[in-house]
Amino acid sequence: MKTLRNLPGWETTLALLVIVALLGGGLLSRDFLTTQNLSFLTANFSEILLMALTMTLLVIVAEIDLSVASILGLCSAVLGVLFAAGVPMPLAILASFVAGGLAGLLNGLLVTRLGLPSLAVTIGTLALYRGLAFVLLGDRAVAEFPQAYTNFGFGTVPGTLIPIPIALGVALAILTAVILHATPFGRSLYAIGANEVAARFSGLRVERTKLLLFVMSGLMSALAGVVYTFRFASARGDNAAGFELGVIAAVLLGGVSIFGGRGSVVGAVLAVFLIGLINGALTIVDVSNEILTIVTGLLLIGSVLVPNLVARVQTARQRRTSREATVSP
Amino acid sequence: MTRSDTVPTPATSDAPGLLTRLLRAREAGLIGLLLLVTLGTAAINPLFLGAGSVRDLLLNVAIIALLVVGATTVLVMKHVDLSISSVVGLSAFLTGSLFMAYPGLPVPLALLFGLALGAALGSVNGLLVAYGRVPALVATLGTLYVFRGVTYAVVDGGQINASNLPAGFLSFGTGSVLGVPNLVLLVLVVMLGFGAYLGSWRGGREYYALGSNAEAAVLAGISVTRRTMTGFVLSGAIAGLAGVLYLARFGTVDATAGTGLELQVIAAAVVGGVSIGGGVGTLLGAGIGALLLGVMGSALVTLRAPGFYQQAIQGALLLGAISVDMLVARRAARHLQAAPERDRRTK
Repeated sequence: MKTLRNLPGWETTLALLVIVALLGGGLLSRDFLTTQNLSFLTANFSEILLMALTMTLLVIVAEIDLSVASILGLCSAVLGVLFAAGVPMPLAILASFVAGGLAGLLNGLLVTRLGLPSLAVTIGTLALYRGLAFVLLGDRAVAEFPQAYTNFGFGTVPGTLIPIPIALGVALAILTAVILHATPFGRSLYAIGANEVAARFSGLRVERTKLLLFVMSGLMSALAGVVYTFRFASARGDNAAGFELGVIAAVLLGGVSIFGGRGSVVGAVLAVFLIGLINGALTIVDVSNEILTIVTGLLLIGSVLVPNLVARVQTARQRRTSREATVSP
Repeated sequence: MTRSDTVPTPATSDAPGLLTRLLRAREAGLIGLLLLVTLGTAAINPLFLGAGSVRDLLLNVAIIALLVVGATTVLVMKHVDLSISSVVGLSAFLTGSLFMAYPGLPVPLALLFGLALGAALGSVNGLLVAYGRVPALVATLGTLYVFRGVTYAVVDGGQINASNLPAGFLSFGTGSVLGVPNLVLLVLVVMLGFGAYLGSWRGGREYYALGSNAEAAVLAGISVTRRTMTGFVLSGAIAGLAGVLYLARFGTVDATAGTGLELQVIAAAVVGGVSIGGGVGTLLGAGIGALLLGVMGSALVTLRAPGFYQQAIQGALLLGAISVDMLVARRAARHLQAAPERDRRTK
């Protein structure tokens, strides 16, 4: 199954596509390449970026977490409820991280202790956590957060126009990339994803690693929940509903194999930017949401289909040349 | 392979019995739970078993149960079809538009239209998975977006209301034969047909073979690509049909119709014992799973639990079901490992 995505070229392709998207956006509208617009635009996909980082690690070990957006909603609800009840904000934020960590822990325990498929487990917890968010908040919304906090969501890194959430996401992306690509722990994720049995026999603690990754995913969703809540100055049970698909789309488009064992943080991050920029560019020229949805879907399918087809054509050609070689004297 | 050493012993002869018992225990357990919830709720609020509420319940379950048929076919192959909710939405809206253009359209033609549209959309999934070698999760996640996007583009902010639909179609949606709603009857027919197909026909059994061990299926002469293609076309066709029923049931359809149905459907199938790992599951179980989720949902409403609890409980139920499923499967596997001979006999 040698495909194009094995080659380091995929990240290069994505990076080129990001540049094309930037230039294309600039051609479509002169407002697109303004720092103001780019700043606003990138803040819009900061939560996806955060969650895509831990999703990358999970998919590399051949697991998946469909509950990320529900954990985000739950943590947002926890934050809102506690704040509305008069709990000091730092404590409320801490509590939402605890909630996210526990949510991830439950996912991890069900997958590692009971040996359940993570796809099924997280479909269940997707409903469970979202339901708990509604149990906490109902259809109420908690707004009116202190400005010092909502500034965090709206604000930019002092002296630049880089949105704080994106700066945070990029910093964490660098950290994740270092962990994944430069530490024994990170390398062990590839081994587990490529062949779990072999990894276990070579002494890797597969279960513990996976449990840790699910908890990390929960914590990252909590962080995304806090960012989302402050960015929109609104804690609601249905915050970020449906975002899980965007996260998974980005990770897969980034070249992370759904079967595990392959992929990079750089690819996933580039894919988040690519999807975000294309959406932003199309939005600025009033292309409707429907087209954006179609484009996201096509990108996702194409990212797997095109390399597959290229590989098939190549094998067919090789077979033909080798046959011709044997036929001709 | 050699038959000479399979001297019937008490151990081998009771083995199939035990395995069947385990599988039966699952459906029996589900039915027991169903009775418990139903009778318990009825004891607190007798209105729960009133004709009106039972009818509403069945109508609500009918569409999920229909979709579960397609989902089971695909899950048994060890694939998944996430795009069904988008197919339902598109089919519901286009059927509604068709009725607006041709108010005299007979109902069977509308159903056929839904089937054909769904089959066409399903064949896109089939081509991607069977011929493009795109993992089903990725392919159908992609088409979930694409089909929904197409729906938004077609709907363009519009909406279909009951007032746009001909009376004949609406009366089909609300009508019943001998007290059983038309939709429920239709779904039952499809379920029985597919139950026979998956359970006894050669083609149907091939889905199980493929899901249990794709390489062995190839060696057994099964055309994996063709079978996969057929499975996705069928799943799409059923979702298209479900779209027409959705329109008949609710009368009002906008671009978001059917959103999120895919998770409910997969939950129902898994609760009903269809394994997400392929090769295992029956339509009877899946149907009971759909009914159980529906009954629990409506019991919560009857017991005046805040609607917000419903989703959380559904999720917890799904987790419970797959945990039990795993324990049962492990027991069965241990049993089979102890005596490989029995495996061959029961398969």
